[in-house]
Amino acid sequence: MPFGLLKYGLNRRYPKDPLYGKPKSLKPSYDVVIIGAGGHGLAAAYYLAKDYGITDIAVLDKGYLAGGNTARNTAIIRSNYLTPEGVQFYDESVRLYQGLSKDLDFNILYSERGHLTLAHTDAAIRTARWRAEVNKHLGVNSELIFPDRIAELCPELSLAEDVRYPILGALYHAPGAIARHDAVAWTYARAAAALGVEIHTETEVTGIQIENGRAVGVETKAGNISCGRVLQAVAGMSSVVAKMAGLELPIRSIPLQACVTEPVKPFLDPIIVSGSLHVYVSQSDRGELVMGGSVDPYPLYSTRSTLEFKEELMMHMLELFPFIGNLRVLRQWAGIADMTPDFSPVMGATPVENYYIDSGWGTWGFKATPVCGKRMAESVATGIVPDVLLPFALERFFRFEQVGERGAASVGH
Amino acid sequence: MKTLNCPLNGPRNITEFAYGGEVEQMPAPDAGAHDWAAYVFIEKNTLGVVREWWIHLPTSYWFIAERNTESNEVVATYPADEIFTEKTEFTSDG
Repeated sequence: MPFGLLKYGLNRRYPKDPLYGKPKSLKPSYDVVIIGAGGHGLAAAYYLAKDYGITDIAVLDKGYLAGGNTARNTAIIRSNYLTPEGVQFYDESVRLYQGLSKDLDFNILYSERGHLTLAHTDAAIRTARWRAEVNKHLGVNSELIFPDRIAELCPELSLAEDVRYPILGALYHAPGAIARHDAVAWTYARAAAALGVEIHTETEVTGIQIENGRAVGVETKAGNISCGRVLQAVAGMSSVVAKMAGLELPIRSIPLQACVTEPVKPFLDPIIVSGSLHVYVSQSDRGELVMGGSVDPYPLYSTRSTLEFKEELMMHMLELFPFIGNLRVLRQWAGIADMTPDFSPVMGATPVENYYIDSGWGTWGFKATPVCGKRMAESVATGIVPDVLLPFALERFFRFEQVGERGAASVGH
Repeated sequence: MKTLNCPLNGPRNITEFAYGGEVEQMPAPDAGAHDWAAYVFIEKNTLGVVREWWIHLPTSYWFIAERNTESNEVVATYPADEIFTEKTEFTSDG
């Protein structure tokens, strides 16, 4: 290693990172085609190859590897949801995340910080208590705490009572963590490619071939492919791709904006979230404050940034941390979130045979990456949707069985 | 700040408005649960120019906007009675 460092340190041509091998040309046929090379699609490809021995897989993406919402989220991982369906699902995800760096030999910079969901009203305290009890019942570490304990965990937070929304308490979720989001996609890409999965970026899908209600192939800008099964994992563009398969979804595509400040010395250990104020913030390993707010007020497919977002976010951030008023915003961006009427994802089989969908992730897809990949792989490989995904089926809207998940951070409570 | 041209109040800041969904054909009152579920929950979520409901909140005035969901450009705004010429009758005995 030291010799390599010396050799390439003095050389202008540094060897290219062999993350997922050289791109080959598309084959005319694959067992499984996965549309979307983000965290979810790559995780599904990896678990299909590892757990089910299906390696004849093409992962297609219209852009570059993990350039969509995988690169645009605020990288928070937690499982302190409200519904038992949500808690169980995300708890499995947190466990997978905790072992991911070791299992796949790639450091995703998993950093367990603790997660505080602030409550500013009696109603929010009640919801926090409810969430804590549901979590504890299912073996997830969450508890309701009050300002004295909040001050111990996060002394920087302003607990002043003479503000518009004083902090009355918080839901404390010790396993709450952040991780490097790009690395999550890279580690799955590398591990999947090592098992024989082909990853084709800049290969846009333009159509789905369907015969007798069964998906049989995918049309791309690089040619047509026949395949046994198709999985779409294209958050943000879910409706557009699903339409190619003749499906309509209960999804609105709405931008979710975020920003980071210039880096400063580490001062903020836990992740701070407030549902009432619509803000969440954590400090990255580089010292930047990573901040986000609520989704935009109306649907849009453009990832533009707005002044309104910044104004609203900063107004509330300054109430929580008055001393950051002089910090400058370094970057601002948006991702397109799939918003469903019940704030829960749409996953599993579809009315089109052999066509599987992973969508509707709203504001919380990143934290579900490992479990979703694993369970979607199970669905695609066995043809049987596992119990943990069944509550999230597309048909729930026609049976009036929505999953009323209000544990989402970026939506009203 | 982005502005929207309200047919009643003229151009106003976008923060004064709320989005009301794409204009869709409402099913008949007795169309059945499946059709009504589709009308209420399923979205066209069109990429391109879409006819949408918007409301100017301070005056509670509902109108139609045609907006490009790719570029966020508003093509036109006009009163709802330009496209809704018939009144939908609901009977209360059902």
